[in-house]
Amino acid sequence: MRRSYLFLPGNQPTMLQNGAVLPADVLIFDLEDSVAPTEKDAARELVASALRSVDYGERVLAVRINDLEKPYVKKDLETVVTAGAHSVMVPKVTGARTIQHVAVMLDLIEEEYDIEKGRTKIIALIETALGIEHAFDAATSSQRVEALALGGEDLCADLGCPRTKEGTEILYSRSRLLIAARAAGIEAVDTPFTDARDEDGCYADTVFARSLGFDGKLSISPHHLRPIHRAFMPSQETVAFALEVIEAMEMAKRERRGAVSLRGKMIDLPVVRQAAKTLELARASGMTLPEKEGTPS
Amino acid sequence: MTYSTKAAPSLRDAILRSGLRDDMTISFHHHLREGDRVLNAVLGECSAAGLKNLTVNASAIMGCHRPILDFVRDGTVGSIECNFMHAQVGQAISRGILEREVIFRSHGGRPAAMDRGESHIDVAFIAASAADTAGNCNGKEGKAAFGSIGYAMPDAAHARHVIVVTDQLFEYPLIDASISEESVDTVVVIDSIGDPERIMSGTTRVTRDPIGLLIAEQAAKAISASGLLRDGFTFQTGAGGTSLAVAQYLGELMRAKGITGRFASGGITGLLVQLLREGLFEVLLDVQCFDREAVQSIAEDGRHGEISATRYASPAAKSAVVDQLDVVILGATEIDTDFNVNVHTDSNGVIMGGSGGHSDTAAGAKLSIIVAPLMRARLPLIVDRVGTISTPGEDIDLLVTQYGLACHPGRAELARKLKGAGLPVVPIQDLKAKAESITGVPVRSVHKGRPVARVISRDGALLDTIAMIDN
Amino acid sequence: MRKKLMKKARAGTLESGDVLVTIEPGDSLDIQLTSPVINQFGEAIRRSVHEVIDSFGVTSGTITLEDQGALECTIRARLMTAIRRSLEGEEGVSQ
Repeated sequence: MRRSYLFLPGNQPTMLQNGAVLPADVLIFDLEDSVAPTEKDAARELVASALRSVDYGERVLAVRINDLEKPYVKKDLETVVTAGAHSVMVPKVTGARTIQHVAVMLDLIEEEYDIEKGRTKIIALIETALGIEHAFDAATSSQRVEALALGGEDLCADLGCPRTKEGTEILYSRSRLLIAARAAGIEAVDTPFTDARDEDGCYADTVFARSLGFDGKLSISPHHLRPIHRAFMPSQETVAFALEVIEAMEMAKRERRGAVSLRGKMIDLPVVRQAAKTLELARASGMTLPEKEGTPS
Repeated sequence: MTYSTKAAPSLRDAILRSGLRDDMTISFHHHLREGDRVLNAVLGECSAAGLKNLTVNASAIMGCHRPILDFVRDGTVGSIECNFMHAQVGQAISRGILEREVIFRSHGGRPAAMDRGESHIDVAFIAASAADTAGNCNGKEGKAAFGSIGYAMPDAAHARHVIVVTDQLFEYPLIDASISEESVDTVVVIDSIGDPERIMSGTTRVTRDPIGLLIAEQAAKAISASGLLRDGFTFQTGAGGTSLAVAQYLGELMRAKGITGRFASGGITGLLVQLLREGLFEVLLDVQCFDREAVQSIAEDGRHGEISATRYASPAAKSAVVDQLDVVILGATEIDTDFNVNVHTDSNGVIMGGSGGHSDTAAGAKLSIIVAPLMRARLPLIVDRVGTISTPGEDIDLLVTQYGLACHPGRAELARKLKGAGLPVVPIQDLKAKAESITGVPVRSVHKGRPVARVISRDGALLDTIAMIDN
Repeated sequence: MRKKLMKKARAGTLESGDVLVTIEPGDSLDIQLTSPVINQFGEAIRRSVHEVIDSFGVTSGTITLEDQGALECTIRARLMTAIRRSLEGEEGVSQ
C-alpha cells in the first residue's frame, strides 16, 4: 500500500533516523533539491549509511537522485543501489530517453555488484511540459518504471503560471499524468502540497487527487502524513460494498461459476480489483474489518 | 491596631519588622517563573542586613534565581528546599557548593510537610500582582498578573510571619482575594515583582516535532483504548510540547465521540482554556498558569477555578484533586525497567529539574502515562536503574515512545485493552533493547561523592539521594 | 594501502544529532573529541573513528570531532566524507 511518499532531506541525520518511525508508506531519501551542491558527497554517504544500518521496517525505500545534467548521477546510483534502495526517483524526466539512460546505468551497476537484474525500480518524476507530453513513453520505456509522480512546483515554473493552493493550473497535467500511468499499468503519485502548516489544505488537496484516481501523494512534510492517510481512508459504505463484492466473487469461485453477480447485477473484473484495493486501504487505515468467515464445505 | 500598620515602607523594613534572624527559614513561590524578581531582591536585602545561614524554601528555583549561588557563597543562604531546581542552579549544587543537602519535595509533599509539622516556615514572602493595604491579594490582576497563586497558599497558612510583596496596590478591600488578610502580617510595595514578558516563558506550545506528535497521537489512542475516556473524564497534562499535543489529540477524539470531560487540572495553558471554552471540559482546576491565555481566563471565567497546592496534591489533606484524576500525562528524563522515573538529574547525574507534581499525580491518577522519545540524540531513555528515583515505578502504568508502548507488568488488563485496539505494546525490556540497537549501550557513570540532595517522597519518607559529581 | 591526508577538510554540521568533523594533515595521529555523551559513548566513538581511518589506511593527521549526539552511522558517514575530501577533492566540492 503506497499512499504517502515522504521526502527526507539527505543531509540531515536526525530526519533520516526519524524516517524509521514516521508512518510514511514510502520514504524518499533526497539527494537533489534539499541538498546544497557542495554537500552532495556528504549526503550520498549519509543516505547510504542510513540505508545500511537503520531498520525502516516495511517502508519502501526510494532515493531521489540528481538530474542527469549533473555530474553526480553515476555516483548517486552506485551508492544507493549497493546500499539497498528499492527504487530511484529520477527527477526532470522528459521522456523515454531519460529513463533508458538511467536504466542502462542500473543494468551495469547491478551486474557489477552482483545484484539481481532489474531489482532497482524507477519512479519517474514529471515536472516539465515536455515530461507531461511524453509521460506515457516514459512510463513504458523500461520494465523498471513502477510509478509516475507529478512535481507541480517546477511544472508551473515551466508552464509560466503561478502555483496556487487550489491547483486549477495543474488540473490538466494531473489528469494527463494519471491517464499515462493507468495506460501503462503503473501507479500515479500526486504532487506535494506545499504549505507544511496547513494540514486541512493538504487533506482537501489529497481528497481531490484521490477523486481523480491517484494512488498516492508526495509529501514534503511529516505533518502531511496524517491528512494524506485520512484522505485515502475509504468510507464505511465503500468498505461494506467491497466486502460484498469480494464475498460474491468467492461464492462464484466456490460454485465454479464464471460470471460474478451481486444482487442480480454482473460484476466486472475492474470492480473486483477496485474492491480488493479498497479493503487493502481500509486495513492500512487501521479500520477493523470483519474476520473472514470459514469456507462452508 | 488597625490594618494600616501592615504597610512597610521598604523590603528591608519589612524584613526587620518580621523578626527574621540567622538560621531561620524563608519561603517563596515560583508563579512568576523566569520573570521573578522577588526572591533575588529579598535575598539581596537579607545579605545587606547581615543575615546568615538562612534556609530558602521555594516551590521552585528557576534559572532566573542564579544569584542565589552568590548568597550561598557569602553565607546568607545555608540550605535550600524546593520541588524543582533549574539546571543553572542545579549544576552548582551537584558540584557541592552547599554544605547541607538540598531537600527536594513534590508540589503535594511540600504543603504536606508543613501540615505534619516537618517543615517550618518563619517568614513567607508572597509575591502578588495585586494586593490591598491589609494584604488581601491575588495574581489575577495588576501589571505583572500571573494567574493562580496556589503554591503560596500553604505558606500563607503556615508561616509564622507573612509578607505580601506587590507592585500594584489596590483600594481596600480587594474583593477577589486568593490569599486573605487574616493570614498576612505585612504588605510592602516594590517597583516590580517580575518581568511580565518572562513570566510566561517556557514550553507552552504544542510541539511541531514530528516524533513528539507521533508519541502524543499514540498516547491519545491509548487513553481512548483504556476505557477511561467517557463523559465525566478527568485529566491532567504537563506544559511540555508533547504533553500538550496529547491534550490536542485527546480534544479531537472527544469532539469526534461527543465526550465531555469533568475537569482538567494542574498547570493550565491556553490549549486547555480552549478546550474549556469549547465545552470539552466543564471545569479547570488551576494551581499554576503557564501562559497569557490561562492568566486571562482564570481572571474572567467562573469555570476556571484556582486551587491551593494543598488541595491540588497534598497527601496530608483530607482529600486532594490528584486522587480524582483518571489520566495524567507526564514526562521523564530517564525511566528504568521497573518503571521508576527520573526527572531530577540528567544522564551525568547533574541536578536539572525536580518532581513538581510528577509523583503526586502519578500516585493519584488511575492511569499515569509517561510520554518520551526512546532516545534523545544518542541517549537512550530506558536504563537498568534510573540515576535518581523521582517517582516510584509502582505509580506508573504506561510508557509511550515512538517505537512502541510498554505497560507496567502489573497492568495486564490495560495491556490487553491496548493490544486489542491495535497499539504496539511490548515489554519495556524490548524497547530498551531497541534503543540500544540504535544508539549502542551507554556506559553508566556511578557517582560516589557525598550526598548533595535528598529526594523526599510525598509521604515524607526518603526516596533517594543525589551524589556530588566527580568532575 | 597507506594513504596520506592531503589537505584540510570538513564534513558535517553542529546541528543536534550530527557531528562536525575537521581533518588536518600532520605527522602523527591525533584525535580530538568533544561530545555531550562523552561519558556514555566516548570510547565507542573513538573505536568507530579508528575503524574508519584504518579502513582508509590513514595513519597520521589531526582529526577533530565536535559531536552533537550523532549516532554511530552518522559519525562514520561524516568521517568518511571528510577523509575522502581530504584525500582527493577540494574542500566542500563534491564528486
